[in-house]
Amino acid sequence: MTAAANKNIPYDVEKARRDFPIFCEPVNGKQLIYLDNAATTQKPQVVLDALMHFYTRECANIHRGVHYLSERATESYETSRAKITRLINAASPNEIIFVRGSTEAINLVAQTYGKMFVGSGDEVLISAMEHHSNIVPWQILCEEKGARLRVTPMNDAGEFVFEQYERMLGPRTRLVAITGVSNALGTVNPVSEIIKLAHDRGVPVLVDGAQMIQHMPVDVRALDCDFFAFSGHKMYGPTGIGVLYAKERLLEKMPPYQGGGDMITSVTFEKTIYNKLPYKFEAGTPNVAGAIGLGAAVDYLQSVGLENISAHEQELLACGTLALQALDDVRIIGTAKEKTSVISFVLEGVHPHDIGTILDKHGIAIRTGHHCAQPVMEFYGIPATARASLGMYNTKEDIEALLWGLRKVREVFR
Amino acid sequence: MGPQKGKRGVPLMSDLRDLYQEVILDHHKKPRNFHKIEHANRRAEGYNPLCGDKLSVYIQLENGIVKDISFVGTGCAISTASASMMTESLKGKSESEAKEAFEKFHQLVTNHSDSPPDAAAMGKLAVFSGVREYPVRVKCATLAWHTMRAALDQSQGAVATE
Repeated sequence: MTAAANKNIPYDVEKARRDFPIFCEPVNGKQLIYLDNAATTQKPQVVLDALMHFYTRECANIHRGVHYLSERATESYETSRAKITRLINAASPNEIIFVRGSTEAINLVAQTYGKMFVGSGDEVLISAMEHHSNIVPWQILCEEKGARLRVTPMNDAGEFVFEQYERMLGPRTRLVAITGVSNALGTVNPVSEIIKLAHDRGVPVLVDGAQMIQHMPVDVRALDCDFFAFSGHKMYGPTGIGVLYAKERLLEKMPPYQGGGDMITSVTFEKTIYNKLPYKFEAGTPNVAGAIGLGAAVDYLQSVGLENISAHEQELLACGTLALQALDDVRIIGTAKEKTSVISFVLEGVHPHDIGTILDKHGIAIRTGHHCAQPVMEFYGIPATARASLGMYNTKEDIEALLWGLRKVREVFR
Repeated sequence: MGPQKGKRGVPLMSDLRDLYQEVILDHHKKPRNFHKIEHANRRAEGYNPLCGDKLSVYIQLENGIVKDISFVGTGCAISTASASMMTESLKGKSESEAKEAFEKFHQLVTNHSDSPPDAAAMGKLAVFSGVREYPVRVKCATLAWHTMRAALDQSQGAVATE
């Protein structure tokens, strides 16, 4: 694989930055210091080029026309599916369903697999650190079915508590839905062990990979997860495109998610025969350009090497954590042993929103608020945090800028 | 890359001072009328899901006059100061004057109209005029005011600015 081939080449962050046009020009009159990568990442030129190329040279609908352009578009779209199949080591492209993003992927599973296999009195098990997108779809399902949503706790560091999970994984558990990495805290969960235990008890597992796929190599067959959801826009790809991976034998059993064109083999007013996988789950014209752009992002990530990106980000995480820990008035929220490059924090006497505004004035973009994880905020007894999330193009200078920005915040609130 | 202190620091600081004026910072640190009114006959809760700000406004309304008004809750500097200064400005006002003040304040911080309200006529509240340069912070500044109006109207349930 390309990624493996790049292991020995030292990672050059300055070179990587030049791949992203947004860093080449001032934003709002300033050099952009972008520390909001867990919300969305910036896009490299190759992804933008792929989108432009599709719309200028290849624009047509897919799986329909016999004409040249439609064939070209179909081929590009399916090539992207093949790239994603390889990226996550799925067994077949039939297991790769294009969706809008992680949220839609999880809703798809809740509304198809969930509706079929979760009944009254059954349980769906999630963790205390889920994003709202891995809470609400299950709440909707449980309410509809008279099932129970159970939540495995986390400890003060924001880590998954395995013993509690072991206890809560009961005879009525029909599905475990767990985030691979917490968006608010950066905690990396022991998904492999979580899956193994669930499988020992005959329970399938969905992994929300929205905050995982851009930070580390993912092998769905090694993990043996049953479902894996992720978004393109958090992995340097376009918005509005994402992926649901699911094991083929499960997809075969599941009813369609939406009805419409492309997901059928034949339609009469009496009976419709559904299309084969993966098209059964892709009703209507999909986000063709988005899928092609995502394919370009996958190529880009593999050319740089996810191991390289991970090593670079871990170095930044260690550096940023050390620097923020040294400040008396800063408390880091989420101190798990294993983390991705996310640093959530609160500053004594200053609300995160005020931090965000002042940093923004200095060209530093961070996220402030509850990060769509209100139960996590409640756990720590805080309304919100400031969150700096680092990506492949961030540098130690960016962290210095953050520290400098925090001094400016204190100057205002002195 | 990195902070360019000379270039950034000086003009920006004065910019930020337009938003974070001393009066605002003072009310943030020492909010006035920051307590419950046990026997308040009007009360509402406000919530801004964007930043997690939550506050309750208590009003003792007698013969159409705001005899007493207070608030409790958590929020950013802008929302806390706005709540604090609102309670100060509305004590003794009639119900209709309070609602009128809401409209004026809303205009002051949004300034969508062609004729912005006369900041001088707003008294102390004029310090919030800087908020209009920060559209995402308008909700912080108006949360207490929306909640106050809901309390006067005795709207059911919580008020959200989203």
